[in-house]
Amino acid sequence: MDDLLSEFLTETSESISVLDVALVNLEQNPNDREILQNIFRLVHTIKGTCGFLGLPRLEAVAHSAENVLGKFRDGELEVGAHAVTLILTSIDRIKLILSHLEQHEAEPEGNDQDLISQLNAMAEGKPPGAAASAPPPPPPPPQPSVSKKEPLPGEVSDEELQRIFDATPGPADMAPPPAPPPAQEQSQPAHPSEPHEAKGGLPATQAESKAPAMSGDAKESAVAAQTIRVNVELLENLMTLVSELVLTRNQLLQMVRGRDDSEFSAPLQRLSHITTDLQEGVMKTRMQPIGNAWAKLPRIVRDLSVETGKKIDLQMIGAETELDRQVLELIKDPLTHMVRNSADHGLEGVEDRRKAGKPELGKIVLNAYHEGGHIIIEINDDGRGLNMGRIRQKIVQNGLASEAELDSMSDQQIQQYIFKAGFSTAEKVTSVSGRGVGMDVVRTNIEKIGGTIELKSVEGKGTNFTIKIPLTLAIVSALIVECGGERFAIPQISVLELVRTTGTSENAIEMINNAPVLRLRDRLLPLVSLKSLLKLGKADEELAETFIVVAQVGTYTFGIIVDRVFDTEEIVVKPVAPILRNITMFSGNTILGDGSVIMILDPNGIAAATGAMAGSSQAAEQAHLKDLHGEEKTSLLVFRAGGADLKAVPLALVARLEEVDVASVELSHGKPVVQYRGHLMPLIMVSEHCQLQKEGRQAVLVFSDHERSMGLVVDEIVDIVEDILKIEITVAQPGLIGTAVIAGRATDVIDAGFYLTQAFGDWFGVTKETSAFGEEQGGKRILLVDDSLFFRNLLTPLLSVAGFEVTAVEGVDKALALREQGASFDAIISDIEMPGLNGFQFAEAVRGDARWMTVPMIALSSHATEKDFERGRKVGFNDYVAKFDRDALLETLSQIVTGGAA
Amino acid sequence: MNQLVPAGKRSLAEISAETQDYVTMFIDGQMFGIPVLTVQDVLGPQKVTRIPLAPREVAGSLNLRGRIVTAIDVRRRLNLKDREGQTKPGMSVVVDMNGELYSLLIDSVGEVLSLRSAAFERNPPTLDPLWREFSAGIYRLDGKLLVVLDVGRLLDLGRSEG
Repeated sequence: MDDLLSEFLTETSESISVLDVALVNLEQNPNDREILQNIFRLVHTIKGTCGFLGLPRLEAVAHSAENVLGKFRDGELEVGAHAVTLILTSIDRIKLILSHLEQHEAEPEGNDQDLISQLNAMAEGKPPGAAASAPPPPPPPPQPSVSKKEPLPGEVSDEELQRIFDATPGPADMAPPPAPPPAQEQSQPAHPSEPHEAKGGLPATQAESKAPAMSGDAKESAVAAQTIRVNVELLENLMTLVSELVLTRNQLLQMVRGRDDSEFSAPLQRLSHITTDLQEGVMKTRMQPIGNAWAKLPRIVRDLSVETGKKIDLQMIGAETELDRQVLELIKDPLTHMVRNSADHGLEGVEDRRKAGKPELGKIVLNAYHEGGHIIIEINDDGRGLNMGRIRQKIVQNGLASEAELDSMSDQQIQQYIFKAGFSTAEKVTSVSGRGVGMDVVRTNIEKIGGTIELKSVEGKGTNFTIKIPLTLAIVSALIVECGGERFAIPQISVLELVRTTGTSENAIEMINNAPVLRLRDRLLPLVSLKSLLKLGKADEELAETFIVVAQVGTYTFGIIVDRVFDTEEIVVKPVAPILRNITMFSGNTILGDGSVIMILDPNGIAAATGAMAGSSQAAEQAHLKDLHGEEKTSLLVFRAGGADLKAVPLALVARLEEVDVASVELSHGKPVVQYRGHLMPLIMVSEHCQLQKEGRQAVLVFSDHERSMGLVVDEIVDIVEDILKIEITVAQPGLIGTAVIAGRATDVIDAGFYLTQAFGDWFGVTKETSAFGEEQGGKRILLVDDSLFFRNLLTPLLSVAGFEVTAVEGVDKALALREQGASFDAIISDIEMPGLNGFQFAEAVRGDARWMTVPMIALSSHATEKDFERGRKVGFNDYVAKFDRDALLETLSQIVTGGAA
Repeated sequence: MNQLVPAGKRSLAEISAETQDYVTMFIDGQMFGIPVLTVQDVLGPQKVTRIPLAPREVAGSLNLRGRIVTAIDVRRRLNLKDREGQTKPGMSVVVDMNGELYSLLIDSVGEVLSLRSAAFERNPPTLDPLWREFSAGIYRLDGKLLVVLDVGRLLDLGRSEG
């Protein structure tokens, strides 16, 4: 539903319930001006809003009601029971229309002439026809006169009402439920005219009027029921309570931990789950899209552009990014202020822009997105940028720094002065900005919530502000470490892994001119010693073992040396006291489960403290990252079978992990099989050293393909890890692809294809889809280009078994070299993500040369999105297949090759 | 804390509009006072977590019923020597400053005194400039002088450093 409309509905429902009460009060104190004034205002507001939203029917009713109320207010009409009823009727009608609005987002058909004419008649001070005739007010106590005067009209009005009811098409068009209210509203006017004595004699009328009233109540606007307004303070309190609950829960968990037999375990587990759910729920109540804070900006910018004669285009990206309400409230004003600044000072006038060779339309771009537990908000403008000359002048003028000091500063440092109090370089104070209060307040506000603000500005090009604020001020998961006898928390989100080093292990810390580094897998990791960073003692005290927390900040990865690592804990982040806020190493503090206070380390601050190092290795870092991205991570299942050494297989190939009862293992042709899901499943040993368990249950990796399954017998399933699969050592041994470093351990990667063919010699060949082409494919030559040895090793046997002759190369240059040598192929299968030239470039190269121009090409990638597909098509791939999808690959290949041949 | 219970021996005259209540405390034998209404809690010895890199006046932080309170070592703040040979653990007085809680570490807490403004004196000009900064004035008591601490300035760590 339209936001505006739903807000209107919520608001109006609220006003109406207030109105109901107010009207009843009014009936009791007809001369209370204040109540009247109040009612008048409420109805007036409803009318005004309806007109604004284009709801004519609602507006008409509200308008007429307002007229009557106006007369009451001005004392032109006496407030009588009948009048109040009529107003109540109007309100009921408004409710009815509202409920329809809520369901269909449009006003119901029909008109309210009946009601309006009654209201108008009332406003003019005469009884509306014979029927619902309210007595003209003159007699001071109106009520007695009502009861005496009209014994009959009660019945008359029933008929009359029926007629009106029939004539009113509106409600009849609606879904049945809303129908009753009209009956109610029309029977109500009858009430006051019913003599009291007659009431008992008219049970039908009463029932009729009451039942709908109840159904009306029950249907109280669903929107109103779905959303309630809750005092923010209540939510805050709730959040604080939940935070405390989490802490207490943690404390309890810590007490029970290590006591397996504790009778508290189960209920505590349950409590723990509920607490977590509660925490999430409460957190959610506090999340709001950042767009809420931006809602006013378009208007502000528009007004500004009119006022200053500038042409401004405000773009807002990522308005749906959600963040904690508390944070949102705190950044709302700074953001507004900054956008205003950009529009007022940042952007030039049309004339100046034209002179500067820029488009007349100045741009302000707001961009919000999540990054590593933070929200980043960027405010960019393409205006004139900060005027360095004027800033310098101002700094000297205000005595903030001397010329000499300024000379030794970088532009960036000088620009930071705009965040000082009382600093404005605007030549004149406009109504909008330029009073020199502002940027300092912006900065203070942002820092108050643990955020940072960065400024980049190029004179003549524009200004860029980057605000980084925590997603929520509430709860994060953190790793607890110890250093120099003190404990610290490191937000889990920036921790990549933990490395334990001892003097003798292969992971020893090495020194380059007193700068500690660590060889981690195949790269050098810069290290910082927390102890020396926090001045907690000398870093060179040799410990038998230390731990390194590998942390990542943006693109910079580094290790933090700590003495000990405890476990992770959910912590409630509390901001540090203002007097400690200038210590950039900490992002907050918290109370642990045991009640002690600990500081939360800010990896950003630590990275910044090692900034010089980060800067110089930035380029290398970038290059390295590119490498890293070249090799995607693969989920691998690590297990042991036939020996203590670790083995691994890509998880994607494994259908299920099962345990079979050894007793159910049967023999077929001397080979073990089990009945599995209605079929016989052969059990294959990884090697001859491997044996089935003597008794109990046997762990089995199930590989499935259509109705066939094969079980690979393993001793133990160790872990599932996600790592870069890079085969370091290849071996000739069948069944093994080679050895790779997986999660820091040397692991044998098994060739699943080998075992599959052991189970069913024809595993890849004779499924219905591919068998038809099986023979024809003999001798078809395939070129396989993939940088990953694993995939080459996986696909080569697979394709060979399917009857293709496969040439596998590891890169585009090798493939193109083959072309130079005059090799020819029937099809090319190529990976997309490869170092050097990628698959798309490869395809372009292939298609751009006459020799292989017509060879069908299949792209192979783990990212088979529609977009990639499109791009693949464009550069010349015939088809696009997801990695690991054997069937699709074989089928595609068969079609393409045979199709090409035909 | 029985120290917080106002002494019952005050005469009616003393409770006139002319008096103000102070919590008294001692550091190095010197009596200090802060207005009773600024005091939130009086605590015995607490486990204080060190905060690395913090100004030396900051003793650390402690947990006061789920709230984190920054502990300020008033001794260091007043440029007095650290206590020698921790004979008796210190106490602290928790004050609220703009919604933030701070705990002032001192040697001991005395009683609450109602002091007549007639006994109030401005800082003598000979007072150490640092003390003059933190002292809001002096009360003449029987046999003793009470230095009224300006809590706001005491907690404004950035100020005296800058």
